[in-house]
Amino acid sequence: MNGQNGKQGGATGGATGGATSGATGGATDGAAALSVRGLGKRFGDRVAFEDVSFQIGFGEVFGFLGPNGAGKTTIVRTLGTLIKPTSGSATVTGIPLIPENGAQIRQHISVMPESPGLYLRLTVAENLGCFADLYEVPDPHDRIDRALRAVHLTDRADSACGTLSKGLRQRVALARALLPDPQVLFLDEPTAGLDPVAARDVHDLIAGLGRSGVTIFLTTHRLDEAERLCDRVAILNTTLRTIGPPDELRDRLFARTLAVRTQAPLADPELVFRAIPAVTSWHQDSSGSYVLAVSRPAVAAPAVTRALVSAGADVLSISQPHHSLEDVYLELIDDDKEASLA
Amino acid sequence: MIISMSVSARRVRAIFRKEVREYRRNGNIAFGMAIMPFLFLIQPLVQVFALPSSASGAIRHEDSLLYLLAIPAIVPGLVAAYAVVAERDQGTLEPVLTTPVSREEFLVGKALASLVPSVLIAYAVYALFLACVRLFANPAVASALLRWPEILAQVFFTPLIAAWSIWIGLAISARSKDIRVAQQLGVLACLPTVAVTSLVAFNVIGPSFGLALAAAALLVILDVAGWRVVSAMFNRERLITGSR
Repeated sequence: MNGQNGKQGGATGGATGGATSGATGGATDGAAALSVRGLGKRFGDRVAFEDVSFQIGFGEVFGFLGPNGAGKTTIVRTLGTLIKPTSGSATVTGIPLIPENGAQIRQHISVMPESPGLYLRLTVAENLGCFADLYEVPDPHDRIDRALRAVHLTDRADSACGTLSKGLRQRVALARALLPDPQVLFLDEPTAGLDPVAARDVHDLIAGLGRSGVTIFLTTHRLDEAERLCDRVAILNTTLRTIGPPDELRDRLFARTLAVRTQAPLADPELVFRAIPAVTSWHQDSSGSYVLAVSRPAVAAPAVTRALVSAGADVLSISQPHHSLEDVYLELIDDDKEASLA
Repeated sequence: MIISMSVSARRVRAIFRKEVREYRRNGNIAFGMAIMPFLFLIQPLVQVFALPSSASGAIRHEDSLLYLLAIPAIVPGLVAAYAVVAERDQGTLEPVLTTPVSREEFLVGKALASLVPSVLIAYAVYALFLACVRLFANPAVASALLRWPEILAQVFFTPLIAAWSIWIGLAISARSKDIRVAQQLGVLACLPTVAVTSLVAFNVIGPSFGLALAAAALLVILDVAGWRVVSAMFNRERLITGSR
């Protein structure tokens, strides 16, 4: 996972190899790259997402997670000025998200949709040339060369896009998104449908972009991807369920537990654990394996050790269980399912 | 209706160039654009070649060649009806709409990409027709048929009618969800223009210089209005989500 340290403000110097930012006019000083307050979108009676609020700093890699239909793509389209929100407000690169500002915002961002959307009869260079002109980038040939180098596709510039594999098409789409040297890069499930090797290539590219200071808004339902690439993640299921760095989310949900393993099952675990003030509850996972809910793990662990030794138990281990981002995600989404069934 | 009038020539050129490249590499589109005008030639040529010199007197008072104005009324409209809905269907529309390109620039690029090749084809077909008549028809019939006012009318009205047909086609394309439906509606939408050109060609409406001027002025107004109306109809959200 990328740390915040070493990140530059804005996309200056960008991923395409040291270009100056083409995003002039967007605010980078003091303003958030994205600032969203109570944003919502309805299609008739159907709620795509509602009451979503967050801020993303310049140079941050931000992951947006959620199940299918959670509203991730609709949020990207809304912030990308393709869809009008029905409630709330937002700024994108410091520019208020209102219809009159659509063209101005689109000059400072780029979006890589889930489907690459390439012109299959045109070559890679022709596809990129078309978009270089649509973004009106200066010195388009140089910019295309740098974008192709960034995605390691220089040797395929003259290949028709229809002849490329799905992974290579994703890379071309990423090169296309890099052309304007955007302040904010929206990546909508960039590895959907890719094999592990192709997905790893795209991960490496995104990690490189993150290190070079590009603000990245990454939607995905691949949790390993988010955990590896993102400084912070948000979990969306129509409403925002939680937001924070992956480590912090894990701590928030799971850190207050201790896993205890003993050589043999305790004769009366209730007697042992109830006597420890730091333990708020406990349950048996399997024979000789217990999970304790504690108020402060650092204080509880020595007390638990002493109590077990006093009870004559042979202690094999006392540890804080490791939880992945996937555990956080499943915990929150399962809560939503249970709430909807109740 | 708010239409931004600042249009970037570079963005328009980008859309135009992309479209033309696709036409060149998609044999079906190029064939479709060329075949119909040539089919239009067969019947009048057979008829003209069969005419004896005695028919030249009657022909001199007819304007049947204006029937060829049906070519620019039909062909560019069918190409334009495909232009937006096909991009949407192929998933190429969303990346384009996330760029700073305005709807006016996008539509002008699309319109020019339909207009230029179809007008060139219409002129080529008309030139071929004139050459065939001059070379192979009875000389008296040829001299009765080939009159400058009609040739000039063909030259001037071809782009005007084509542009009108294109805006109708683009309007259909911007509102359709299905390529087949768009093309069927495109054919239907061409019929009123074809009917008018046919009425003139068969002398139901007597052509005159004044009528030509009025028709040209009306078409210029309709073409400008068409651009504005289609631009106003062009809705990014609707095109991307399919919402009403």
